Amino acid sequence: MNRFAALLDSLAYEPSRLGKLRLMTGYFRAVGDPDRGFALAALTGTLSFRHAKPALVRTLIYERIDPVLFDLSYDFVGDLSETVALLWPGDHDKSGSHTPRLAEVIATLDAASKLELPGVLARLLDALDETGRWALLKLITGALRVGVSARLAKQAVAELGGYDANAIEDLWHGLAPPYLDLFAWLEGREPRPRPHDSAPFCPAMLAHALTERELEDLAPADFCAEWKWDGIRVQAAVGIGEGGKIIRLYSRTGEEISAAFPDLTEMLARVPHARFSLDGELLILRTGRVQSFGVLQQRLNRKQVTAALLADFPAHIRAYDLLGLEGEDLRALPFAERRRKLEAFVAAAGVERLDLSPQVAFASWDFLAAARRDPAAAGAGADAAAIEGVMLKRRDSIYVPGRPKGLWYKWKRDPFAVDAVLMYAQRGHGKRSSFYSDFTFGLWRAGNDGDELVPVGKAYFGFTDDELRLLDRYVRNHTTNRFGPVREVTHMPDEGLVLEIAFEGVNHSSRHKSGVAMRFPRISRIRWDKPAREADRLETLERLIAD
Amino acid sequence: MAAADILTLKPAGLYCAAGDFFIDPLRPVPRALITHAHSDHARAGHGHVLATAETLAIMAIRYGENFAGATQAVRYGEALTISGVEVGFFPAGHVLGSAQIRLVQGRARIVVSGDYKREPDPTCPTFEPLACDTFISEATFGLPVFRNADAAGEIGKLLASQKLFPERTHLVGAYPLGKAQRIIALLRQAGYDRPVYIHGALEKITAYYQRAGIALGDVRMAAGAGALPGEIVLCPPGAINDLWSRHFAEPRAAFASGWMRVRAHARQRGIELPLVISDHADWDGLCATVEETQCSTLLVTHGEPDALVHCFRQRGLEAAPLHILGYGDEEAETPTETDA
Repeated sequence: MNRFAALLDSLAYEPSRLGKLRLMTGYFRAVGDPDRGFALAALTGTLSFRHAKPALVRTLIYERIDPVLFDLSYDFVGDLSETVALLWPGDHDKSGSHTPRLAEVIATLDAASKLELPGVLARLLDALDETGRWALLKLITGALRVGVSARLAKQAVAELGGYDANAIEDLWHGLAPPYLDLFAWLEGREPRPRPHDSAPFCPAMLAHALTERELEDLAPADFCAEWKWDGIRVQAAVGIGEGGKIIRLYSRTGEEISAAFPDLTEMLARVPHARFSLDGELLILRTGRVQSFGVLQQRLNRKQVTAALLADFPAHIRAYDLLGLEGEDLRALPFAERRRKLEAFVAAAGVERLDLSPQVAFASWDFLAAARRDPAAAGAGADAAAIEGVMLKRRDSIYVPGRPKGLWYKWKRDPFAVDAVLMYAQRGHGKRSSFYSDFTFGLWRAGNDGDELVPVGKAYFGFTDDELRLLDRYVRNHTTNRFGPVREVTHMPDEGLVLEIAFEGVNHSSRHKSGVAMRFPRISRIRWDKPAREADRLETLERLIAD
Repeated sequence: MAAADILTLKPAGLYCAAGDFFIDPLRPVPRALITHAHSDHARAGHGHVLATAETLAIMAIRYGENFAGATQAVRYGEALTISGVEVGFFPAGHVLGSAQIRLVQGRARIVVSGDYKREPDPTCPTFEPLACDTFISEATFGLPVFRNADAAGEIGKLLASQKLFPERTHLVGAYPLGKAQRIIALLRQAGYDRPVYIHGALEKITAYYQRAGIALGDVRMAAGAGALPGEIVLCPPGAINDLWSRHFAEPRAAFASGWMRVRAHARQRGIELPLVISDHADWDGLCATVEETQCSTLLVTHGEPDALVHCFRQRGLEAAPLHILGYGDEEAETPTETDA
């Protein structure tokens, strides 16, 4: 556990990607099985501890430290694991006692019942030093936050055998911690493990955001266009296992989400093919009409999938790519050919809840730009509200995992913008810990005593690190009130800070005092120059609500 | 007589009406008592300044000889009376010349701590706890997560890193007044006898420390000394990621500060080697000090006052935060110094 903790600790402080790779590869080389395999699982987010939830960690620390002092500390540090690691009592000399190995820690936690877990975890924390406690808590609560993506960890392990990360990705979903077969192969001791999963996840191909300047260098004839749907990207994989059909639904990062969508797995089971893998958008359709992301979110947020939920929020896959069919890997075919196969596939499937993402015919970029501005007029009809732009895919592009250059582009609709007034600020977490970086902003509306500001949203990104320092200082120097971790900031007609907020859309909301909820708001500019009284009014937002 | 009758809070800072003076005022006033020379406490432009000789000397170095209309030096422990208010300066252990200020009127005793720490520091006299009725304490690190590491141990980390990366320049960010000189002195205590290089912004104050009799060994200017592979170079924190740092050999960024106790602070600044060395009292130091003063009222000025207030209310003291805007930024950059 000490070496794993030391690895995480040094990763947290290592700024460069190359340095991080070197640290990880060094660790995988120096540490033996099975510990290194569990470390790889931790770095790729593959481990999960069912009962070890942040709430349990809080309960344990509240039994040891005055809760008020803990909460104040947590608010400042902005990271639960670190706060608990720093405050856990009794950091005496641990050199004499036994420090458990990573594999031991994981086995101990796995074996513990929900009832035993608090005691088991507390004993482990007692046995570790400060860095060890931090690493353990990071491990069990899920988010390591040491600036390492799953991809980078795979890259590091691939380097043991002189491969690149894609070589690992191809095998990944057939492997399980502690990856003894993977390490044996990378070190040349055994042949390449055979992927035995017949419905594996294929790492998704992602698009670059398009700038209009790039467009000038692209030839319209080389590209196909589709609507960019405002849902969630999914991959549906069907295969044959020992017990019959295997049906899986993956998120774009390869997380399995089948359990939340029984309506979709049931549909996939009825498709008359034994093995296939398709890429598409998960949407909610009501009477054939695509619902906004806000509606989809209401289904995503539920823990329990009830009959009522299934009836009110019918899920649907709008397919845009076919990656494999009856054992044949189609990813090496050009997009245009895959598209033809996809069209035939969807037509032959003939099932509800699965359709084809239509293509947008265009001859010039100007024509496509007009379609992007007004999808309703360009054939999207009533579904236009669920479209957030267009996708461009090169006709000859093969399906490459990751974000390859020059093949796929997303060309999002221009965001909306309003000028709002900063009203409250709260400290951020993670990288922004202890900076005031979560900003609540408001717009003017008529009140009983003249105009008043009503909060309309919260934004916590869009600004640079330098702007964050300025905003943080502004908040500290213009605080008029404190409510726990929240500071109220001067917001008067003649004194207040105007923030230009960019956002993707507006919906009605009964949960917000203002009656509106903005989608994806972020700070696009700080208007140091603009007097607060000249900020926008709530009516501006209300006019933007679809319907 | 209650504390509130001796000291009140005005926009310019803490004000003593009986003696008609301010303590560490944030804007120019006719008469100021200054605890120490960090720029958030010691500002230029006052009519009359009373402070220790060291504080006055450092203010003159920073702001020029004419930084105040008139100055008066006071020795630690010297008894002064200003319009019936007894005034005394006592060591605060923060930086050279730093003082706590005690005011006594009738039977009421108030101590204004200024910034302070409890650990020994080879560059300044150690903090002396003073009995009082009202204690006005700083709380820069007023949360139980802040526990200063053993400074010698942190210096050990720096020297170990230097051994591990003998080809890289070790750039150590340190506040130009106090921290930088303390780091050099700690290096000498650890037996490090190679030259220590400094950024131009540290030159005058380091030279003043040496003139004041603090042994710092061989200190050289980094400017013009080349890429300095394997050497230790001290600079203001802001210079670590500056253009200035680029001409060194694969610089390894270290920062000596109490803030380094929290990972995110090190990461936000791109620090690879955090050294938890603070010139402020940590949580245990703050709590112990409040106890030792045996005060019945605790006022907490800057930093993170809430935890300390909560803690001592539970122990039966009158405790409240005292929000004074503007303190606590000594640790931020003073632009005039980083230009050099």
